[in-house]
Amino acid sequence: MFSYIKKYFAMKKRDAIIAWKKAKVSKNCYIFLAPYAILFSMFFIFPVVASIYFSFTYYNILESPRWMGLGNYISLILEDDVFLIGIKNTLLIAVITGPLGYIMSFLFAWLINELPRWVRSVAVVVFYAPSIAGNCFVIFSVFFRGDAYGYVNAALINLGLIDTPKFFFTDPTYMLPICMLVILWMSLGTGFLSFVAGLQGVDKAQFEAGYMDGIKNRWQELWYITLPNMKPMLMFGAVMSITQAFGVCDVTMQLCGYPSTDYAARTIVTHLFDYGFSRFEMGYACAIATILFLMMILCNKAIQSILRRVGT
Amino acid sequence: MRVKIQGKASIHKDVYRKKLIKRRKPNRSIWGDIFLYIFLVFVAVVMVFPIVYAVNSALKPLDELFMFPPRIFAKNPTMDNFSDLFVTMGKSWVSFSRYLFNTVFITGVGTAGHLFIASMAAFVLAKYDFPGGQGFFKLVTVAMMFTGYVTQIPNYLLLNKLGWIDSYWAIIIPAFASPMGLFLMKQFMEGLPTSLIEAAKIDGANEFKVFFSIVMPNVKPAWMTLIIFSVQGLWNNRASTFIYSEEKKTLVYAMQQIQSGGIARTGQGAAVLVVLMVVPIAIFIFSESQILETMASSGLKD
Repeated sequence: MFSYIKKYFAMKKRDAIIAWKKAKVSKNCYIFLAPYAILFSMFFIFPVVASIYFSFTYYNILESPRWMGLGNYISLILEDDVFLIGIKNTLLIAVITGPLGYIMSFLFAWLINELPRWVRSVAVVVFYAPSIAGNCFVIFSVFFRGDAYGYVNAALINLGLIDTPKFFFTDPTYMLPICMLVILWMSLGTGFLSFVAGLQGVDKAQFEAGYMDGIKNRWQELWYITLPNMKPMLMFGAVMSITQAFGVCDVTMQLCGYPSTDYAARTIVTHLFDYGFSRFEMGYACAIATILFLMMILCNKAIQSILRRVGT
Repeated sequence: MRVKIQGKASIHKDVYRKKLIKRRKPNRSIWGDIFLYIFLVFVAVVMVFPIVYAVNSALKPLDELFMFPPRIFAKNPTMDNFSDLFVTMGKSWVSFSRYLFNTVFITGVGTAGHLFIASMAAFVLAKYDFPGGQGFFKLVTVAMMFTGYVTQIPNYLLLNKLGWIDSYWAIIIPAFASPMGLFLMKQFMEGLPTSLIEAAKIDGANEFKVFFSIVMPNVKPAWMTLIIFSVQGLWNNRASTFIYSEEKKTLVYAMQQIQSGGIARTGQGAAVLVVLMVVPIAIFIFSESQILETMASSGLKD
């Protein structure tokens, strides 16, 4: 038994020596990495670690944090009903808008890629415009206004489908679907643009080789040539859509109000915002952030393993 | 004479037709193409409609803005809202040009530094295998998923220790290390053939030379995309958490102050929405044309 442990440590030591030698050889790599690594640890890793630490404390920003162990997590999961609504809504939004938005981004980037040059430039601008436009989505509150003057209500009444105007942003049954619609409208963002740039980089010779080898239609070409070539961008797009899908709060807060009727449009981030910046319970807010963080990491792991199978 | 011209035209037409046929990929069905075009046009209209609406409300005179039911297109379009906006801006204590300078400075320096630092790191992470490299990259991907709301507090404490609160650096330096840029650049550089780098090495180039004259020119679409994201983020940065002095505030902040000025400023508010949209869209259109332009000449062949 003892000899095994000794052997294990000897092996570890040898690995470490090899790694050290390798590191010495690739000195230049570290020089390249250093500026980014230093700034990144300062402004991203340190704050994340600090926030996770705060999640185990009672911290109201004014007084110094007071350690309370798992207290925040326990009250979050066992006592906070609103948080559970938030989790439910966030998951619902993420499960529907995440994959749909991701697939839409790729689909449109791919379709646009086939167009002649000029049309393509215009099309990229048009599709990406909602994401640049910033707060432009508040316009949707005009379309879905809760009285008979709102476009959607007026249209539905004229068609005879409904006889009284629907309160789209105050009636819990309509809130989430409409928010999802708006999120989908804005979903051709970061991922879409990186797909557009990535598709441009696919080697044309591979397509020609594909015609020779008998690829019959665009779908086969997509699966066997385009997608495998796009894997790095697909990974990037996936991570971006996860962060966006789980981080929804702007749209629901601005369209459905804050707080919304019966908390029907509350998401995890809205809840976090409520505790962190309205009630100044930063420790509690950090606990919410940590739970969200864990959910996103799990989701990312799952998606990465799916993406590995693409093109096989 | 006439015959000659006709002949020329028909030859021209023939060449054109040939070109058209050549460009079409052989494995595409025509009906599929037609269907897809119709579909794309339909979606494009849906996408762009709210933006057209926003631009039109900025052009509406005040009485049309409050009209019920609201119209989509302005009946008598005016530029009054815009001129009112600039009159209001001109009356503020800090001049308009100062706000503009602040935003341009933060956006410019932040984007340039981010591009440089992140691409350097991305290059070694994508193309070299060294201890700790993969681990560091995993850390970056994971750190992207922590929400920005709660990290503001530790960030503030840190910036305070460094003495950067109430200076441009509080916005600029953290922007250098934004994880998204690194991630994007790394993913694109992975597609670069390693043989290209090895060839340059054999010809006697060191890492720096390889980076500046081989790698960077070849991933131009990637860094154009990065510039778009970075400019968009920094331009819309309100900088209200870390900067207090009015003369160091950004344009977006000043504009939003006007926008929140109540019902009397509805017209100006609509104009603000458009003014803030214009610059990112302009930069986007410029760099986007560059993305599509450069691909043909990138010379990436194994």
